[in-house]
Amino acid sequence: MSSLAHHLPALQVIVPMLTAPLVMLLKPRGLARAAATAASLFAFAIAITMTMGVLDGSTYTYRMGSWPAPYGIELAVDRFSALLLLIVTGASTFALLAGRRSVDADIDESRQPLFYSAWLLALAGLSGIPVAADAFNIFVFMEISSLASYVIIAGGSDRRALPAVFKYLIMGTIGATFYLIGIGLIYLMTGTLNLADMELRIHEVADQKPILVAAGFITIGLALKAALFPLHVWLPNAYTYAPNAVTVFLAACSTKVSLYLLLRFDFFVFQGNLAGHDIQFAYFLMPLAVLAILVASGVALFEQNIKRLLAYSSIAQIGYILLGASFVTVAGITASTVHLFNHALAKGALFLAVGCLATQCLSLRLPDIGGVAKRMPWTAAAFVVAGFSLIGVPGTVGFISKWYLITAALEHGSLGMALVVVLVISSLMAVVYIWRIVEAIYFAQPTSDLSAVKEAPLMMLAVTWVAALANVYFGLAPELPVTLASSAAEILLEHLP
Amino acid sequence: MTGSNLILASLLLPLIGAVGIAAASRIGDNAREATTLLTAAALAWAVWSLVPELMQGGRPSLLVTEVLPGIELAFRVEPLGMLFAALASGLWIVNSIYSIGYMRGNKESNQTRFYVFFAIALAATIGIAFAENLFTLFLFYEILTLSTYPLVSHKGDEKTVKSARVYLGVLLTTSIGLLLPAIIWTYTVAGTGSFTPGGILEGKIAGPAVGLLLGLFVFGVGKAAVMPVHRWLPAAMVAPTPVSALLHAVAVVKAGVFTVTKIIIYIFGVDFLFAEPSSGWLVYAAAFTIIMASIVALRQQNLKRLLAYSTIAQLSYVVMATAILKPLAEIGAAVHMVAHAFGKITLFFAAGAIYTAAKKTELHQLRGIAKRMPWTMTAFTIGALSMIGVPPTGGFVSKWYILAGAFQADNYVAIAVIIASTALNAAYFLPIIFMAWFLEEDVPPATEHGEAPFAAVLALMITAFLTLAFFFFNGPVLTLEGQLLGKVS
Repeated sequence: MSSLAHHLPALQVIVPMLTAPLVMLLKPRGLARAAATAASLFAFAIAITMTMGVLDGSTYTYRMGSWPAPYGIELAVDRFSALLLLIVTGASTFALLAGRRSVDADIDESRQPLFYSAWLLALAGLSGIPVAADAFNIFVFMEISSLASYVIIAGGSDRRALPAVFKYLIMGTIGATFYLIGIGLIYLMTGTLNLADMELRIHEVADQKPILVAAGFITIGLALKAALFPLHVWLPNAYTYAPNAVTVFLAACSTKVSLYLLLRFDFFVFQGNLAGHDIQFAYFLMPLAVLAILVASGVALFEQNIKRLLAYSSIAQIGYILLGASFVTVAGITASTVHLFNHALAKGALFLAVGCLATQCLSLRLPDIGGVAKRMPWTAAAFVVAGFSLIGVPGTVGFISKWYLITAALEHGSLGMALVVVLVISSLMAVVYIWRIVEAIYFAQPTSDLSAVKEAPLMMLAVTWVAALANVYFGLAPELPVTLASSAAEILLEHLP
Repeated sequence: MTGSNLILASLLLPLIGAVGIAAASRIGDNAREATTLLTAAALAWAVWSLVPELMQGGRPSLLVTEVLPGIELAFRVEPLGMLFAALASGLWIVNSIYSIGYMRGNKESNQTRFYVFFAIALAATIGIAFAENLFTLFLFYEILTLSTYPLVSHKGDEKTVKSARVYLGVLLTTSIGLLLPAIIWTYTVAGTGSFTPGGILEGKIAGPAVGLLLGLFVFGVGKAAVMPVHRWLPAAMVAPTPVSALLHAVAVVKAGVFTVTKIIIYIFGVDFLFAEPSSGWLVYAAAFTIIMASIVALRQQNLKRLLAYSTIAQLSYVVMATAILKPLAEIGAAVHMVAHAFGKITLFFAAGAIYTAAKKTELHQLRGIAKRMPWTMTAFTIGALSMIGVPPTGGFVSKWYILAGAFQADNYVAIAVIIASTALNAAYFLPIIFMAWFLEEDVPPATEHGEAPFAAVLALMITAFLTLAFFFFNGPVLTLEGQLLGKVS
């Protein structure tokens, strides 16, 4: 490994983090955006390089300041974290490339450098979580990403974002605090923060009350951050009222990172050591996941604002991811992690298309987008392709997820059969809520004069189509995400007794 | 060209054609229609070029990619798929000629979109016909559903969109809700979904589960329109008539019964299913559909809706023939796909021609129309006689084989149903023929009219001729499908 390649895990975080204050100083028009985009692209390139590097099964480890673990800070990238880094940096890059119009519309030019600076901090935080190998640094990165996310969500001109973000802030802080309390308790009992070290040491004290309490705090705290039903109430409004570019970025990756952490922490530290924990884990998550799938899809059926509709759909998709994980089998966790990737692609593409619509439409309520497909055929078609992917039409990534999930469920006998019924019902609900939008943009009578409406800016459209076609490409050639996901499953299950 | 290249060409030509049609529309309507005809001709050439190899017992195949371990995007041509693809691609040429007359005659809007999605739908049909395994079949099955949606909702008004919603809703609900779980179940127990002569499920699954899986498959394939999942077909009648003619009398509905037949022959295996009592319900479900759909057809006032219910009944002929699980009946099923296709496309062409020339859609308006449109009504009569099964039409040939198969299996339910349905078919078609030829017009038409545009009349004469010709020249079809015998008996 060359000397630069060795530093990639650190650079993954450092590049956006150090660019952030620089961006703040770039006052001239457009420069801040260009610098932020460049940093994000660079981070994406690093993530791709590391993914290529870990495909052969190796792991990147990096000791900050060459201090050995568990005393020094350790960074580690395996195939599971590489998958997450791809999602996070990819989402940020796509959103920035397409987001110029949205940001210009929502944010005053003089404040744009600050906005992009906060964006890069969010990126640094979100990519720091998969990279960090110790619990406390994960907390630090979590806080960086959360605080920066609050800023960019509330950064737009829509004042309804303020109460939405306040709710997110309260809930997010509770979540992070719960996590910190859990870490504190574990540190108290084991004296270590390094995850690998923790796994070994916790074994001796696994039957002690503080550890059980810590497990509870950490699970609930992370479930809150991940918007697991019924802890999801912060999500719909935060996604709806955020600037469109921010919605693309955060909807594709922020809950995914918390889900990643929930799985990683639980399997690394608790599953192998706490007696009966795997069963508790499964029976705690499975009913919640089923409820998330059914209730959130049900709400999406009746939602009028398409951003909020898609936000509820995200809550349902989080249910899919946790349902897979709650099987605690290779097939289940593979389904779950492959859906992390696939849903990011589908939802990212959908929100990009929504961003295109938003450049031309007065509002994103269903009646206000009536008939725009005639004026914006390319945007509408991209939305349809991404919508197919969310539904799970074969030939798209959504189908790959569905195939793995149903296969995993069928391993579980009659319970599995019941879960297949749930999956089928929710797919059909997805058909209905996606089709409500499709019918609106293609067939509904316009409520206002559409003669001034034209196709979205070319760059935006191009990025949207790249994302939409990625749904098809990885639907027909899913080797990369499936390889990463199945080894993620192996990595996690290695820690079972 | 080798077999695998021809398969690839058959799949890609309509897609290239779709792009070409969109591009040619910039030049003009004539260029666009010429591209459509050219594409249809090229597709037919590619598909028909595969026939000689099939006749000699060859099975050309093509592996595109392995999507997931054990799950391949692959194609393999066998007699049943060959027949279906040859039928669909051949009739596309005739249908394109007809479309030109119909779409221009009615001054339809969005004609480019119409031709583009038609080409995509044909690509999906060929994909279904040549699919090597359940996954590939499902992929193209869904593409066919989605690509025909813009054709069904073509008019774009509220009533049409509502009907198109029923169309899409029923087809997607059944395919995602029943077919997909059935497919994954099959892959899980058998470890494969390849269409294998003799089936892949024997010994892998037993008892009532077989009947359940069969039910998931049969009702999951909503396109086969076995009651109660038939509602989409009358709903689809809001589409322009060329769509009803080629897609909802041939490509889409035949894709449904083709899928059912293929699953019974190559996934379950005829002998395995015959020995399994829990699968016996299928004959009764199909018999029920035949009788019920015919009774509903009797009560229709709208010509296209009547034809739709008649199609539902005729599709269940194929399902029932397959479910008899005897070699002669399997051949009857294959032959009936062809015979019904020729007859029903003729009927739809005639209905569309009447609409184009006279703007008439209801049965009672058809009094004396044969005097104004003799060619059209001659073709209509031939098509109707084929539906009833009167010689010398194609419908007689398939009925013969299905009855023979029913006697082989001593299946008296099937025999009784065929007899009853023949009577019902006569009861709803003969009055129309009588009214058109022998009664006088009671109300003079709003405008004087003769025949529909020449292209439309030409197309319906061709298919009427094919309906008659199939009675005399069905040898190649029987030879080809005879290959099924060796493997199913």
